[in-house]
Amino acid sequence: MAAITLLEAIRQGLWEEMERDKDVFLLGEDIGVYGGAFKVTEGFIDKFGAERVIDTPISETAIVGAACGAAMMGMRPVAEMQFIDFISCCFDMLTNYAAKSRYRQGIGIPIVVRGPSGGGVHAGPFHSQNVESFFLNTPGLKMVEPSTPYDAKGLIKAAIRDDDPVLFFEHKLLYRNPKIKQEVPADDYIVSIGKAAVRREGKDLSVITYGAMVYTALDAAERLQQEGIDVEVIDLRTLQPFDREAVSETVKKTSKVIILHEATKTGGMAGELTAVINEEVFEYLDGPVTRVTSIDTPVPYAPPLEEFFLPQVDDLLKAARSLAAY
Amino acid sequence: MSEDVKMPQMGESIAEGTIVKWLKQVGEAVKRDEPLFEISTDKVDAEIPAPASGVLSEILVKEGETVAVNTTVAVINGGSAAGASPKAQPAAESKPAAEPQQKPAPPPQAFQPTLPPAAKPAEPQGAADDDRRQKSSPLVRKIAAEHNIDISGIEGTGIGGRVSKNDILSYIENRGAEKAAPASPASTSPAAPPRAPQLIAPPAAAATDTGPQPYADGDRVEIEPMSVMRRRIAERMVESRRTSAHVTSFMEVDFTETAKLRDSLKGEYQRDGVKLTFMPFIMKAVIEGIRKWPILNSSVWGDQIVYKKDVNIGVAVALDWGLIVPVIRNSDEKSLLGLARAVNDLGERARTKQLKPDEVQGGTFTITNPGGFGGLIGTPIINQPQVAILGVGVIKKRPVVIDDAIAIRQIGILGLSFDHRVIDGAVADQFLALVRDVIESGNFTS
Repeated sequence: MAAITLLEAIRQGLWEEMERDKDVFLLGEDIGVYGGAFKVTEGFIDKFGAERVIDTPISETAIVGAACGAAMMGMRPVAEMQFIDFISCCFDMLTNYAAKSRYRQGIGIPIVVRGPSGGGVHAGPFHSQNVESFFLNTPGLKMVEPSTPYDAKGLIKAAIRDDDPVLFFEHKLLYRNPKIKQEVPADDYIVSIGKAAVRREGKDLSVITYGAMVYTALDAAERLQQEGIDVEVIDLRTLQPFDREAVSETVKKTSKVIILHEATKTGGMAGELTAVINEEVFEYLDGPVTRVTSIDTPVPYAPPLEEFFLPQVDDLLKAARSLAAY
Repeated sequence: MSEDVKMPQMGESIAEGTIVKWLKQVGEAVKRDEPLFEISTDKVDAEIPAPASGVLSEILVKEGETVAVNTTVAVINGGSAAGASPKAQPAAESKPAAEPQQKPAPPPQAFQPTLPPAAKPAEPQGAADDDRRQKSSPLVRKIAAEHNIDISGIEGTGIGGRVSKNDILSYIENRGAEKAAPASPASTSPAAPPRAPQLIAPPAAAATDTGPQPYADGDRVEIEPMSVMRRRIAERMVESRRTSAHVTSFMEVDFTETAKLRDSLKGEYQRDGVKLTFMPFIMKAVIEGIRKWPILNSSVWGDQIVYKKDVNIGVAVALDWGLIVPVIRNSDEKSLLGLARAVNDLGERARTKQLKPDEVQGGTFTITNPGGFGGLIGTPIINQPQVAILGVGVIKKRPVVIDDAIAIRQIGILGLSFDHRVIDGAVADQFLALVRDVIESGNFTS
């Protein structure tokens, strides 16, 4: 069994789900004949036909709207955003319609909206964003972001099988990153939504993060190890509902927490996690919960500015040293 | 509402700062951004503005003391001054109590490394500053409550003297080991035992080990502690002499052509707000020299020679209180105007303590100006880890012989101190000759 990329893992997950369940179908811009902007769905149309791999007009609103309708009729649509940034076009569909349907009329909407997220590829403000903060405030939406091929495959399957809408973020820096290639089991498996993973055990300080930042955290942890700071790295994997138990566990263990994410700071996951930590494990804290995130600006296009904007290993080192010494 | 005033982080590599002077006293009103205190760090001196408007209600770090960055050094109470905030009052009351024993101490404190405020001498005497809660964390307070421990008896090793989880855990462990020995602070601070005695030691003992005090009361001397900058200069100069094999070569240089050029450009530069001195011309010549002889722009590292690709020329600036060498990064990429502007700007900001730490680091070659007050030439000391420094003597008209005729020319003497470990006299002289030729030709690459 060969090690595969994160992109290949998602592809396999989609493929297997489509083979397993004829109600699963894909729709999105250029996902059929062209195989998708990032080639996640290459070859799908040949195998499953144009009825199950639907090339749509350039209207994200229509894509998600159609997916919602099909889902209500019993289908399991997987909608692709060419770049996750464009998901803001279907904000109303997602927040008012998909998220509230179960509450309003008792009908779940089992759609998956997936797409490439994240920066660091010099793609400017419309093709580099992380959009979780927009949806964090909407009860009824689930959000996942895998950082490993194993998780990517297990989570895309779990998302498709979930009876409610799931937003599935795929960090484009991880898509074809050869360093994170992994062998994944051939048999059917899922990674449960709502479960975090401990990527590295440590006792002095915890970094809670997800997506590509997991690797930033692991790199920093290596360096900090040499300075005598033993860092634990938690990969949330699911952003909503996130794993409160795992968060509390690590805080109880290390008493010092940094929350690291690539999304901008204000009103983000880090703020929410901080609040939960305060509410649930305040008495275990030996230092202020610290946020390391991108700064509150659009994602800059110029490479040096983008580098400044995104959290770097050095930013994390600095925050970790100061928190460790606190 | 009160606002803590912190020791600012003045640069990536700077961990501590010394309060040189408080510009406001307790009880005085301060406006936001008004200069509040002066600090001195490894790299630069600076005036620190108040972070908020209000009344300076407490000064927690005295002049001459050195503390870690982010340590709270003062508290400003916002809002109306008259309200006599409850916080300010006890602090004011506690002051006199602490005063008598602290008064004689200031000079030695200047010599101490980072002192967490928690290790205040007031602690052993107790009482004095009960109102100042020992800093801790929710976890530490919880552990303290469970073990019935008074946190104020524990010496904190965290930033600002904070009692951390490790501090209280080792305190508990230690206490268990000593079977509840009476809590004398010295014995209950396992984390930092050597510090306590230093704090209460008399000045002479706390100072550097320079042997017994050579002066007695009544001797007609006045003793003052060195400033941070002075100590730093002292250390670096001696260190450099110890490190490099100093040799100085001199060369007489005819500045006449350059002086003409300077006169012709002066007005134009003036309109741009730039004062044109000889320095940018000399830098240009030095840069050409370095291009030809890159060893002048190197460092010694063990038994290896490190050639620097960037040419970052430092220009020594004399200050009333010492000396500083701001660095012009990538000098070789700058035009004459750019260099002139940089020299002006850095000099001005050096004198007004506005330099950023990054602007005094990373130099690869230094130029100093012993001619500023008419000095003929000097034998400058190399600025480590560089390997050469150029001294520029006074430039003035002198009679010289040209083609068997006596002419009046603008003459200055350049003195190049170089590290003979890596630069031989022949190379140094050829470099210096090239610098001379460029200056004498008056032909500068713009």
